[in-house]
Amino acid sequence: MPTALDVRGLKKTYTTGGTSLEAIEQLDFSIGKGELVCIVGPSGAGKTTLLRCISGLLDATAGVVELDGTAVTEPPAGMAVVFQEYGRSLFPWLTVRQNVELPLKEKKVPRARRTELVDEALDAVGLSDSAASHPWQLSGGMQQRVAIARAIAYEPSVLLMDEPFAAVDAQTRADLEDLVRELWKRLGVTVLFVTHDIDEAVYLGERVLVLSNRPTVILEDVAIDLPDERDQLTTRSAPRFAELRAHVYELIQKAKKGERPA
Amino acid sequence: MRLLTTLAYALALPIVLVVVWWFASAGSESVFWPPLSKIVGVFGETWNADRWTGDVLPSLARLAVGYLVALVLGVLLGVLIGLHRPVRAFCEPTLEFFRAVPPPVLVPVIALFLGYTGDTSKVVTIAVGCVWPILLNTVEGVRGLDEVMLDTARCYRLSAWTRLRQVVLRGASPQIAAGARQALSIGVILMVISELFGANRGLGASIVQFQRSFAIPQMWTGIILLGILGFLLSVLFRLVEHYALAWYRGLRQADRGA
Repeated sequence: MPTALDVRGLKKTYTTGGTSLEAIEQLDFSIGKGELVCIVGPSGAGKTTLLRCISGLLDATAGVVELDGTAVTEPPAGMAVVFQEYGRSLFPWLTVRQNVELPLKEKKVPRARRTELVDEALDAVGLSDSAASHPWQLSGGMQQRVAIARAIAYEPSVLLMDEPFAAVDAQTRADLEDLVRELWKRLGVTVLFVTHDIDEAVYLGERVLVLSNRPTVILEDVAIDLPDERDQLTTRSAPRFAELRAHVYELIQKAKKGERPA
Repeated sequence: MRLLTTLAYALALPIVLVVVWWFASAGSESVFWPPLSKIVGVFGETWNADRWTGDVLPSLARLAVGYLVALVLGVLLGVLIGLHRPVRAFCEPTLEFFRAVPPPVLVPVIALFLGYTGDTSKVVTIAVGCVWPILLNTVEGVRGLDEVMLDTARCYRLSAWTRLRQVVLRGASPQIAAGARQALSIGVILMVISELFGANRGLGASIVQFQRSFAIPQMWTGIILLGILGFLLSVLFRLVEHYALAWYRGLRQADRGA
């Protein structure tokens, strides 16, 4: 499988005044094209720092992040990010359609193709009827759907999702999880999904990277050998799901106690 | 029906005040306090076509030019200062000082450099007075832009120009509008004040000339006209704001509802 995202020797140290804080000690992993990988870690494990380094929003202290073989030094063209704070990530002065369309305009996608992409993306997230609304007229879950539509219309090589469902209610969350699985399968996009929710990570991912506490390293790269067809009821009640969930849970507990990989 | 009620509420007090003024001044013999009926009577002949083209419209044109210059300069500099922390730390105390200087005291200074009979000095007076609230509010608005929104703009590789137009200016527009509204009332004041010194034509100059020549009813008509113009300008401003910031009202209502 060709590599989509390659992270090698990534290190991030924040220096403010005289004190320095080592957020990420050393991270090495790669994500193959078309994979769906989840990253979980205890709170304060530097998940957001990692994501900002990968997306080119933050300069790493050492190491490289490569997207499709090109080192990331600024937000790369082939990457789309869905943030946790949907309400602050969508532009409230634009309609849903304009929000999805703006990055495409910027990419100089011809008008006809743009309309097509926006329509498809809105249809894929089930928001065709809300194209003319403003984001603040929609519920939280719908707003996050708009953010997802914006990301997939952008046709990224890698889709980064930073705890995207942490701020929506449980039922909406389950729907959105299924939506992500469905879009991933249909569009063949590579997804890196950061979450603090163990169940969500196991349910969604093909692999789950468990982070240690700070300074962050990878505690274990857990392969999720659940069947490809997943649904909220059967998958979550499968014995294998429980085993994997328990395993990741244990890892997180160890991470909280400060355990490091041997 | 609701519209009528709103209208009734809005108009009740002005009507009462006019009626009170009308009857209280009805039999007045005082030169300085002429009956309202007399003021209304001379209104039409005072503000004839010649006065409109020679005094009122040039005054309003100077206000428009000065205000627009202040708007462009204030927003431009405000964005520059607001986006760059070092520039802000460097400029802000000084800006606060200039804001604290009452604009009318600039009139003698400007007169010194530009003379005070031409249009330029008056336009400059209006612009210099109006620029501060716009500038400082723009700085505030740009500084308060949401980090996540700016990150989003970077992630989707919006160019500097698009970021400026679609994110920075739109995001700061509620504050910019607040500054622009303050500036508008300052502008009207300065439009009048700038004409009080160089004794020539203009709406403010006319009022002073009426007063000096003891044309007291005419002086009152000028004051009423000024009031009406100021009111109309503020209505116009509110209309523009209503349209441009519809999203902001909606957002705030949605936030309150949640």
